[in-house]
Amino acid sequence: MPTKVEKDSITGRMTTGHEWDGLKELNTPLPKWWLYTFYACIAFAVVWMVVYPAIPMTGARGLTGWTARGAIGPELEAERAKQEPMLAKLRAATPAEIAADPELRAYAMAGGRIAFANNCAGCHGAGGQGATGGFPSLADDDWLYGGSYESIHTTIEHGVRNGTDSDARGIAMPRFLADGLLKPAEVADVAEYVLSLNGRSTDAAAAGRGETLFAENCVSCHGEKGEGNRDMGAPRLSDQVWLYGGDKASLVQSISYSRAGVMPAWGSRLDPAVINMLTVYVHSLGGGE
Amino acid sequence: MFRFLRDHGIIERNLILMGVLTLITVSIGGLVQIVPLFTMETTIERVEGVRPYTPLELTGRDIYVREGCYTCHSQMVRPFRDEAERYGNYSLAAESMYDHPFQWGSKRTGPDLARLGGKYSDDWHAAHLRSPRAVVPESVMPPYAFLDRPLDTGSIAARMKAQQALGTPYTDEMIANAAADLEAQARPDADAAGFSGRYARARQGSFDGNAKEVTEMDALVAYLQMLGTLVQFRDVTTDQVRQQ
Repeated sequence: MPTKVEKDSITGRMTTGHEWDGLKELNTPLPKWWLYTFYACIAFAVVWMVVYPAIPMTGARGLTGWTARGAIGPELEAERAKQEPMLAKLRAATPAEIAADPELRAYAMAGGRIAFANNCAGCHGAGGQGATGGFPSLADDDWLYGGSYESIHTTIEHGVRNGTDSDARGIAMPRFLADGLLKPAEVADVAEYVLSLNGRSTDAAAAGRGETLFAENCVSCHGEKGEGNRDMGAPRLSDQVWLYGGDKASLVQSISYSRAGVMPAWGSRLDPAVINMLTVYVHSLGGGE
Repeated sequence: MFRFLRDHGIIERNLILMGVLTLITVSIGGLVQIVPLFTMETTIERVEGVRPYTPLELTGRDIYVREGCYTCHSQMVRPFRDEAERYGNYSLAAESMYDHPFQWGSKRTGPDLARLGGKYSDDWHAAHLRSPRAVVPESVMPPYAFLDRPLDTGSIAARMKAQQALGTPYTDEMIANAAADLEAQARPDADAAGFSGRYARARQGSFDGNAKEVTEMDALVAYLQMLGTLVQFRDVTTDQVRQQ
């Protein structure tokens, strides 16, 4: 292979000296700026290997001794330390006291909004609007367990029927059809009576029969006029707010097989200050009592 | 000194020499990737609580892989402050030591799922999988309502054997009872003395709200509800999770 570097007569550039059957290759070097950036990157990589942990299996920590795990602890602690004076106040105060103090309230609303979006919005909706299928709205004044600061706090801390917290709210409603307490026709009559509680019944005779059955089976929890009972979490049946749908088919399903919504106990997952902030935030969504 | 580099013509004209040198070059790349795996035993940190998946959870995991959940959901809380604040403690290598293959993922269209377990109720998971927008209006996740179909339980023992061959410490007793354990976990009123003895901290329940039938939904929800719950971070300090 002849290697004669020569000047190309047409372009005026040098050739590489390679020639294939008369074809010659122009020597077009990489731009200087590109080349120096490339060298700088190599130099940077060498420095990086010395300073940071880069060699696998040797346990090499690098000159700085930095590790991602080592860094996150102090970083979290520094952030906690910044928040701690406020969090301590939020822990010590009751939600009602927080709401009464403008400074604490502003902090709790901002923190509560974020904690709500992260932990609660999945079920209760981004604006606390809830969803059909057993995810209650927190933005109205129809509360299963009460809408006072205290009640909301207890519900968040202990949750509902979760099996992990012995103080969890909620009792089991009987499965009237499945457990043989009512016959299918009787379930339909009770459902018709429940419809009549808010003026939607179309069969007065069935509703009449249902009233007797309702008095025998349902009033101990749902109240004589279906007004509900917050101690038991028995929903009010005389309003238009339905957790699992208020049409007759849904009511028949609820009576026959019961419903048992579950909420995790957040006391074991969140800081008490965060639970207080959430309480204040949820209380403010529209229905606080 | 580097004169020989200009003589690459020698290599290019000698097929055997080129073959040998290619082999050496490629094997360096291979060794760098393979050798660390031989030291797995010593590189994975020790931590209390991690156990192999129950048969139902393993089946749910297979459904998770089958449906490609990993394309939109990661299972890896990185050691950054923002991730720890949102999801909880960063993921430990030991937490995915029985994942073959692991589900760390590389893309978060949806949120990270490494610490999902216990965050929502079973009802929510079932409702959300059937129709994500029914509970989260802004969600872009596709619906998986078809998971409400009977679960194929016939292959569970074989799949556990495959996991065993890959190094998951399933005992022969676990494999012998695989199908029974799977049923036991999905039925809240089943007798589960043997099952609980074999799998610590495994929850029984009717995960999809239908106790009559074991469905794919049961398996997937059971799997999602145990993610990230095995290590009790309240009892474990960073010093205890050191590499050995």
